[in-house]
Amino acid sequence: MTHFTPIPALAGGMLIGASASLLWIVNRRVAGISGIVAGLLPRGSSRSDRRERSPEISWRALFVVGLLSGGLLVELLHPSSFGPTPVPASLTIVAGLLVGFGTRLGGGCTSGHGVCGLSHLSVRSLWATLTFMATGVVAAIVVQHVLGGGR
Amino acid sequence: MIPEMAGDSRRQAMKGQSVGVFVSGVIFGAGLGLAGMTQPAKVIAFLDVTEHWDASLAFVMLGAIGVHATFLALFSRRVPGGDGVGAQAPAVRAKSPTVDLRLVIGSAIFGIGWGMAGFCPGPAVVSVVTGWRTPLLFVGAMLVGMGAHALAFGRRAEDAGGRAVERACS
Repeated sequence: MTHFTPIPALAGGMLIGASASLLWIVNRRVAGISGIVAGLLPRGSSRSDRRERSPEISWRALFVVGLLSGGLLVELLHPSSFGPTPVPASLTIVAGLLVGFGTRLGGGCTSGHGVCGLSHLSVRSLWATLTFMATGVVAAIVVQHVLGGGR
Repeated sequence: MIPEMAGDSRRQAMKGQSVGVFVSGVIFGAGLGLAGMTQPAKVIAFLDVTEHWDASLAFVMLGAIGVHATFLALFSRRVPGGDGVGAQAPAVRAKSPTVDLRLVIGSAIFGIGWGMAGFCPGPAVVSVVTGWRTPLLFVGAMLVGMGAHALAFGRRAEDAGGRAVERACS
């Protein structure tokens, strides 16, 4: 059981919105984490391929390094912001596979569709967000109550 | 993105852009931590509406969309057709790509994984700094899932998916 924390939640959300706005100003890019991370995966191996992709790789890498630095800052200042995963490792791995595959097929995640897409009034992102919210609710209920937390 | 410039000022602009991208990442990571998104139990307590519902995540979305949507509304049409922030947004939005099966099925699969472990991509990546086993397992599996999509649908399909978001959003 966790506690309702509206103030830090709102403040943290506002930081996320500010970050997405800053990224839009400096790079005219959408702060979708799944897309940014997926863009870092190795693809073509030819030299011209790599040269063509190098600017795409560098801003994404820089953003991910920033993301990890932000995480380190939180770890230093307020380590209790990190909590354990309340399901077994096997379920965590299956969940990770689904999240990786699904975000690529659907073209975005909570940040790309949920925060950025909705802010841009995108109809696609609205459908995506409603869909992953709905299946997320069902999956959480099934795992917690039908599978007993997977234990 | 950066207009034609002489070498020095161009380099300087690129440096400023890099700093901006990095700072944006830092703020995003810190925001996720402050918001409580890096506690999977909290995310699960939001999605599992049957008991002890924790509505915090709704406030995260409210804060994030409130700030970003306000920013876009104020600045995206300032210089019509020019190089202002989000100058293209209204035109692109008018002919934004349609909702297709791939979008809905992909989002449904993502939601199932999200609800199972309480991690979406951002908080999982940020949680890697703890050195704990589960975020590492999750992120590793997530990368494998992304790779599997690229293998199954090929590079073009991946690009189409990625660009679709950018088109819808830019």
